[in-house]
Amino acid sequence: MDSVDIARWQFGITTVYHFFFVPLTIGLSALVAGLETAWLRTGKTRYLRATKFWGKLFLINFAMGIVTGIVQEFQFGMNWSDYSRFVGDIFGAPLAIEGLLAFFVESTFLGLWIFGWDRLNAKLHNACIWLVHIGTLLSAYFILAANSWMQHPVGYRVDHETGRAVLTDFWAVLTNSTQLVAFPHTITAAFVTGGLFMAGVSAWHLARRKNIEVFRPSLKLALVVTAIASIGVAITGDVQGKVMTDQQPMKMAAAEALYETEQPASFSLFTVGTLDGDEEIFGIKVPRVLSFLATGTFDGEVKGINDVQAAEEARYGPGDYRPNIPVAYWNFRIMVGVGILTALVSLAGLWLLRRGRLPANPWVYRIGVLSLALPFIGNSAGWIFTEMGRQPWSVFGVLKTSASVSPGVSPASMLISVISLTALYGVLMVIEAGLMLKYAKAGPPSEDEVLPPPPSDSDSDSDERSLAFAY
Amino acid sequence: MELTTVWFIVIAFLWTSYFFLEGFDFGVGMLLPVLGRDDVERRVLINTIGPVWDGNEVWFIVAGAATFAAFPEWYATLFSGFYLPLLAILLALIVRGVAFEYRGKKDDPRWRARWDRAIFWGSLLPAFLWGVAFANIVRGVPLDASHEYAGTLGDLLNPYALLGGLTTTILFVLHGAVFLALKTSGDVRVQARRVATVAVAAAVAAGGAFLLITQVQHGKPVTWLTAGGAAAGLLLTAAANRRGREGWAFAGTGAAIVLAVATLFTALFPDVMPSTLGSGGLTTENAASSGYTLKIMTWVAAVFTPIVLVYQGWTYWVFRKRISTSHIPAAPKQTEPVP
Repeated sequence: MDSVDIARWQFGITTVYHFFFVPLTIGLSALVAGLETAWLRTGKTRYLRATKFWGKLFLINFAMGIVTGIVQEFQFGMNWSDYSRFVGDIFGAPLAIEGLLAFFVESTFLGLWIFGWDRLNAKLHNACIWLVHIGTLLSAYFILAANSWMQHPVGYRVDHETGRAVLTDFWAVLTNSTQLVAFPHTITAAFVTGGLFMAGVSAWHLARRKNIEVFRPSLKLALVVTAIASIGVAITGDVQGKVMTDQQPMKMAAAEALYETEQPASFSLFTVGTLDGDEEIFGIKVPRVLSFLATGTFDGEVKGINDVQAAEEARYGPGDYRPNIPVAYWNFRIMVGVGILTALVSLAGLWLLRRGRLPANPWVYRIGVLSLALPFIGNSAGWIFTEMGRQPWSVFGVLKTSASVSPGVSPASMLISVISLTALYGVLMVIEAGLMLKYAKAGPPSEDEVLPPPPSDSDSDSDERSLAFAY
Repeated sequence: MELTTVWFIVIAFLWTSYFFLEGFDFGVGMLLPVLGRDDVERRVLINTIGPVWDGNEVWFIVAGAATFAAFPEWYATLFSGFYLPLLAILLALIVRGVAFEYRGKKDDPRWRARWDRAIFWGSLLPAFLWGVAFANIVRGVPLDASHEYAGTLGDLLNPYALLGGLTTTILFVLHGAVFLALKTSGDVRVQARRVATVAVAAAVAAGGAFLLITQVQHGKPVTWLTAGGAAAGLLLTAAANRRGREGWAFAGTGAAIVLAVATLFTALFPDVMPSTLGSGGLTTENAASSGYTLKIMTWVAAVFTPIVLVYQGWTYWVFRKRISTSHIPAAPKQTEPVP
């Protein structure tokens, strides 16, 4: 393996891993904030118990999101210094703004929320977790703007003297057409993730008929959010497909393993190509569906891999402009398949829960628990597809991945980095999963445990009182 | 003032804030085995920084990202050049961050002991390596014509840089000790002051030597003032600590850190990464982003940095009370799930 391969493996491993935690943080922060607001509005203790329970799981997840995010901020400089030099004028700004606007808000107000139960009045306390959620949305916006620029660079020119990209229109970067669909797609997927996480854990408890007063409302809330968000994922994903076909035709062709241009194009359910990936041996197809996905009409033309390859060679010079076709093809299918399943599961769940019902069939709950894994699979597949589908480019049409890597860092150093990070992440995953399981199974605190202690007689008493929360 | 100069000052400000704030976090972490003789005492120590450590660490993230935005060449050269030390810092910060959150999640002494070790090493390693890194930045490292680091790992571990690492380590231990004296009551507070008495002497020795060498080899006339101010800060700490004036003692270490970092950045200016090979060095001019990017970033920083300072400051006000062993709630009850 040369340093490009090692650096790509590290980016892939650390980014997919980081993105297990990110969407759950985005989705669950809103759900926890909503439950706390529900408690404030109604005064019903079961909402406070739910807030504390889901809040604890949220924090176990959040800690991992933060620490794995540190690596994301610095591996551009460490492994991809030529990329950083080339794009810094454009790419650094959204990252810095993300830190200044979002990370400070998230970390500071989360600290206030965790430790502030007895220090802040109830409304202010609730505002803190809403601010955390807003912070996660801001963070997502700026980092996706940076990523969208890599998919579809806008608002820049390449300076011929320095050979670097120079920002010419920051507003164009922030309102990139790619970004305007990638952001809602990612956020709705994050709500599906938070929703199905809450649904899965609730299903586990409801199957055992435990704490029904907490978990039935949790399940209902989770399924409503998931159902709405799933539809959002589908709509935004559909628009995104058309934008992508227009901006990165190779990615759409690879997603379909469509070797020859077709009009109308059929959607492949299953395709096997030759080993060198040049042509197709066998496939099962649904006529005209790909035309619709890619162009919005049932008889639109969709460019095949071989035609796009020829067109890109003509435009960018000789070279191989095809991404890894099986990876793009299968991840696209997993992503779309998961999207359909999450919608079905949530709608079926809502139907089964209608008018106060609580189904008796244990399979309902088993499927509910298993569905918890779906969004994590779908999110990963989606990102692997969109990032690997962009190859060989790191910035589409402008900078190749092979020209992005740090020239001064030895492959040995990079190996030490990827191996130590992967090993550490592996260990932390075991620990995190163990804690998540332990606290998910433990269930919510009882009514007595969540109610605040009786008001004390004097100030000196309150000084001696133990902290509402301590590490 | 040139925008590149403005951004050099902004970057210096971000790092200074980071070392001022996370300096005492690191100090608390390093003092965990010294001042935390049992689990309740260790929890007192950890909870003094519990609500704030994460917000403090964001200053590092923002310093890095702002360097990327304002001086991409600096960002690229620094982080690819100081590759393995930076990797060690990242690994340490990952383990340490998780440790704070997870150590109390199981009522098992071995589990807690493991996370306590993680907090100790996760604080010591970055505290030391940041000193090594910044000493090397000021001293200059071998950079080739395309600004790539051309040295080895061994080149970074030169005596001057190691003295820099020793300085930051001791300074942060001291900063943590006076912070603990200010934020705790009872026995921990008494012990913290005792540690500060020893640490301040060590800090004067190591820090004095480091700043003196820095001044002689890389200094400017004005850095006599900042370096002298840093030394005065330490003397203030020594005097205030002896008299039990904990607020002043903390102000003294804070001033020492701020002025020591100011000394390094002032000595550095207008270079950002000088090269020992004659060419290939980076300055605020050849490392900077375009004027347009700097202008946007200046607006963003001017509007949002004050807001951040206000709400972070408010957090410290909310959690201003001292903590003692009597405030630590019992370990969370281990509710076993009913199958």
